[in-house]
Amino acid sequence: QHLPALTALSPFPEFPYFIHIHAMKVKVLSRNPDDYVRETKLDIQRVPRNYDPSLHPFEVPREYTRALNATKLERVFAKPFLASLDGHRDGVNCMAKHPKSLSTMLSGSCDGEVVWNLTKRECVRTLQAHEGFVRGMVVRFCGTSFFTVGDDKTIKQWKMETPGYGEEEEPLNTILGKSVFTSIDHHQKEGVFVTCGQQVDIWDEQRSSPIRSFSWGVDSFSCVRFNPVETELLASCASDRSIVLYDMREATPLKKVIMNMRSNTLCWNPMEAYNFTCSNEDYNLYTYDMRYLDKPFTVHMDHVSAVLDVDYSPTGKEFVSASFDKTIRIFPKDSGHSREVYHTKRMQHVISIKWSSDNKYILSASDEMNIRLWKANAAEKLGLLAPREKAAVNYSQKLKEKFQHHPQIRRISHHRHLPKSIYSQTKELRVMKEARRRKERNVRKHSKPGSMPVVTEKEKHVVTVVK
Amino acid sequence: MCLNNKLSEGDKINLSDLIGTLDKTPSALIKTKKQLKNLQHNQSTLETPLTRKETEKIQREVAFEKTSKEVSRWQSVVLQNQKAEQLVFPLNQEPSGPKRIEHVVAGWKAQTPLEQEIFSLLRMNKQPLHDPVLTPTEEASLRAMSLEEAKIRRAELQKTRVLQSYYEAKAKRGKKIKSKKYHRVQKKVMRKEYLKQFDEMVKTDPAAALEELKKMELSRMKERMSLKHQNSGKWAKSKAIMAKYDDGARKAMQKQLEVNKDLTQKLVIPADEDEEDEEESAETLPDFVNDVEPILDQVNPWMRGKLSTEPMMEESNRLDPPVWPREVGKPGEGQDEQEEDEEQMEETEEESLLRGFEERRKLRQTEDKAEILEISDYDEEAVEISDDDEEAGLSNFTSLFHGLVNHMEPPADQPKAGPGLRQGESPALLEEGLVRVRTLEDVELLSQDISTSDTALLTTQILGTEETDTQSATQQADKKRKKMIDPNEVLTKEAKVIEMPLAPTAVEDVEDKEEQRVIIKEAFAGDDVVSDFLKDKRKQEEAGRPKVIDLTLPGWGEWGGLGLQPSRSKRKRFRVKVAPPPPRQDQKLPNIIIAEKRDSSIAAHQVCQLPFPFEKPIQFERTIRSPVGRTWNTQNAVQKITAPKVVTQLGAIIEPIAREDLIKDNRQAVTGPSINLESDQGPQKKRRSQQKKQHKRKKN
Repeated sequence: QHLPALTALSPFPEFPYFIHIHAMKVKVLSRNPDDYVRETKLDIQRVPRNYDPSLHPFEVPREYTRALNATKLERVFAKPFLASLDGHRDGVNCMAKHPKSLSTMLSGSCDGEVVWNLTKRECVRTLQAHEGFVRGMVVRFCGTSFFTVGDDKTIKQWKMETPGYGEEEEPLNTILGKSVFTSIDHHQKEGVFVTCGQQVDIWDEQRSSPIRSFSWGVDSFSCVRFNPVETELLASCASDRSIVLYDMREATPLKKVIMNMRSNTLCWNPMEAYNFTCSNEDYNLYTYDMRYLDKPFTVHMDHVSAVLDVDYSPTGKEFVSASFDKTIRIFPKDSGHSREVYHTKRMQHVISIKWSSDNKYILSASDEMNIRLWKANAAEKLGLLAPREKAAVNYSQKLKEKFQHHPQIRRISHHRHLPKSIYSQTKELRVMKEARRRKERNVRKHSKPGSMPVVTEKEKHVVTVVK
Repeated sequence: MCLNNKLSEGDKINLSDLIGTLDKTPSALIKTKKQLKNLQHNQSTLETPLTRKETEKIQREVAFEKTSKEVSRWQSVVLQNQKAEQLVFPLNQEPSGPKRIEHVVAGWKAQTPLEQEIFSLLRMNKQPLHDPVLTPTEEASLRAMSLEEAKIRRAELQKTRVLQSYYEAKAKRGKKIKSKKYHRVQKKVMRKEYLKQFDEMVKTDPAAALEELKKMELSRMKERMSLKHQNSGKWAKSKAIMAKYDDGARKAMQKQLEVNKDLTQKLVIPADEDEEDEEESAETLPDFVNDVEPILDQVNPWMRGKLSTEPMMEESNRLDPPVWPREVGKPGEGQDEQEEDEEQMEETEEESLLRGFEERRKLRQTEDKAEILEISDYDEEAVEISDDDEEAGLSNFTSLFHGLVNHMEPPADQPKAGPGLRQGESPALLEEGLVRVRTLEDVELLSQDISTSDTALLTTQILGTEETDTQSATQQADKKRKKMIDPNEVLTKEAKVIEMPLAPTAVEDVEDKEEQRVIIKEAFAGDDVVSDFLKDKRKQEEAGRPKVIDLTLPGWGEWGGLGLQPSRSKRKRFRVKVAPPPPRQDQKLPNIIIAEKRDSSIAAHQVCQLPFPFEKPIQFERTIRSPVGRTWNTQNAVQKITAPKVVTQLGAIIEPIAREDLIKDNRQAVTGPSINLESDQGPQKKRRSQQKKQHKRKKN
């Protein structure tokens, strides 16, 4: 703005003054080299930026395009399947995570069991643990030994280390029970474990008879789990369609809730002491707050067949479920629908599922003798990321989140391929559900007002709470 | 004890036998004898113990209560984690960086004599040895009270002290005053004040008043017992001698007696009588007193409007003040009304015209259709007849009404709305299909496919942006039409219109079925919805009309410059008249505005429903409008904005949350203010949000 004045003053209007002279001091335009010189030549070139919004117009459309591209790329890079661990000669019935080592994993099949090394994707050790099914297995909290239960009515404790040359593969400890055990779980910090079968038994590792037994009019339990946070609490699924809560310190069970159909397994949230999710025969999963059992606080729907197993991510934000419909689904813990579905052509009924304790992988064991390793986030790049890469990933993630409601982006990010059978079954179920709802509505319309109260989806599935 | 034993051993022994033997024994056992006798007399049997089932049930319930209470301690932690901006797993990471020697080396001892001397000195003065942060006394003081609290407390104390000293000084000054009159007046004032207080107390706090009354009663009793004011004391006797001659003494004695009389007078509690009176009066009053009083609020046009709707139906059985028709004006407001300017008058004329139509319509009483629309129908005529000038900026209600009408309007659109709604209902639902996406082209195809199929499905959407666009457009058009009128003025005028109670818009026969309509009517009672709607529609039409495009450029073929206009012929030549657009869809539908601004090709890319956490479109737009990327934000801001919610460390095992976390959290909650001092010692919680807070505190 001063330029015209200066030019007017200067004797040569072509050369306006750029050098100001003040009291005999010459001021020259100067720059600090720190602002533009790199410290090393490996540094990125410094780019001075002007954040004036008028210089960078169309911010919303530009970011929208970026978000769209990011979602497209995410779908393109979504390749969750990592590896298949084959070697079992019968269906894999159960799995166990190692509490201290990420790369070690145990699996029990219908005829024996195997210890796996995941990084090398190879079997490290095989042992014949039981005659018949291995029903359940769990690694002791210290990671030095593990317990198995089988159809031969025994509980066996094994060393984690491979026996040396010439040593025989023998269990550390064998307990002979009266009936078949169906599931086992170990206490988080003490030498106490729990089994279930005809009743829920709590065992001390040092004793050969249970220190406590719970039964409450039920004769067959399918699953029992210790609460990982409040370590004295237990929950079990029983064949009379109920979920029973226990406290190890009390003489009696705490409470039970009876649902419309049987729950197969349950899993406690590792970050929220009072929440657990159970997988049910009626294709749904239910998340309960153990203090308010009269209705689940979320019903997770999407599977098209019985849900067989469920496991929480170690962050407690999501869980993964395995189903008889040959798919695995990942649910956010408070969402009614899944965010992801995994399936492969050859994967049969998924029986057991585990989320690795670094929150990166999912392991699924299925009928057709294979264990599969999946990524928990399908499009995630594995391995170390450079800082710039990380920043880019974060940015695109944020963009996707920002524009997630826009229809185009939504459609792309939510699109999943499904096998035809499951797709048609989903459609069928939807039609059935809609029909049921319509019928209910019509009945309500034609009955006396108030005589047909509206029952919410959450309330529908609980029969009673038994105190 | 021995008695019990005997009883339990043999059942042949009777209680009476035992008592008999006891009779022979000396008096030491009288007490037990009595007890036994009582036992004999007592015939009631003990209750049978509960069944096992029931006891177990009770046990279970108790146990459940206990555990659920125990588990509930986690609630705060869980909530905190849910709300945290960022969670870094594993939760309890050791802080990176060098540690203090004391933390690493456990068994370090002062060995050299110098060290020992120093440590003994420190210990003697109770100075902290390892982490030189706080002495125990300092810590204790911190725990006792935070700085802010202490400051507040000190200020309070200072204030009270000052007040006290003021009061003392005042009292001293008052005490020194010798004037009797002053004191008398003072006392009188005090008494009056006391009485006033007491009256108030009767109203506000009857219990305390009763206490006071009791006190009075007590003083009366005392007075009656004592001879203090009964002229029997020494002073009174001396005065009695003087009384014959001295008028003053007589008066003094009289006063004494009066005081006595006053004090011994029985207190009459008038409250009950009053209540009775009140009750009586309440009975005599007519019923309508109990009705809700009509609020004649000058400020709130809504209330006034509502009033104006009712009288037609209820005038007969209510004694409400009559609603003054507009032209007449209320008696109180008459002057104000007269002062209103010309525009206002025009407005009123128009209003009266409208009302005339309304009345005629009422006479005719056509059958029910979509009622509001009907009104608008009639009013359209009215407005057409009346002056056009009064067109003004949109009132808020118009846009609201607009939205409402749009809601009610298209029965044809409803099936369209279906899928869109379903989309909105389940945001998490995956769209599962048989198409497998492998490459970018597939994705492209997918989106295209959907967009083409979607365009037909998408609902008519009135996004906020669009609306604002249209509004601004209409406003611009307005400005063009009447350059002379400042929009603000127009708006104020509009507000005045709302203030007037309007009868005509609400004159309808009310039916129970049409609750919705009634609600709408009540909601928009005060303002002239119908004419607003019409104005709105006309504006839309105006905006949709093609404008003449002026392509004249100055300077070509003639002189150009400041203050010079291109010649008329040139302007004429370069003016392009655009062909009129196809007739509006709502041309023949007087009750409807069909927004033609909506571009279906764009609509397919727009959000058609407000996503869940947002409550207003503006909020959502704001989030969309603020850019995230590096082009628009500084490096630090970008890092902060794009920080992921959950961060996990590569290859680290994430343990379930431990009880220690809970305890730690609780402790932090308790010792809130001391966090910033303790934060740099010991293993730290890696919760970003907490750290941020701490940083803020540090800055403070």
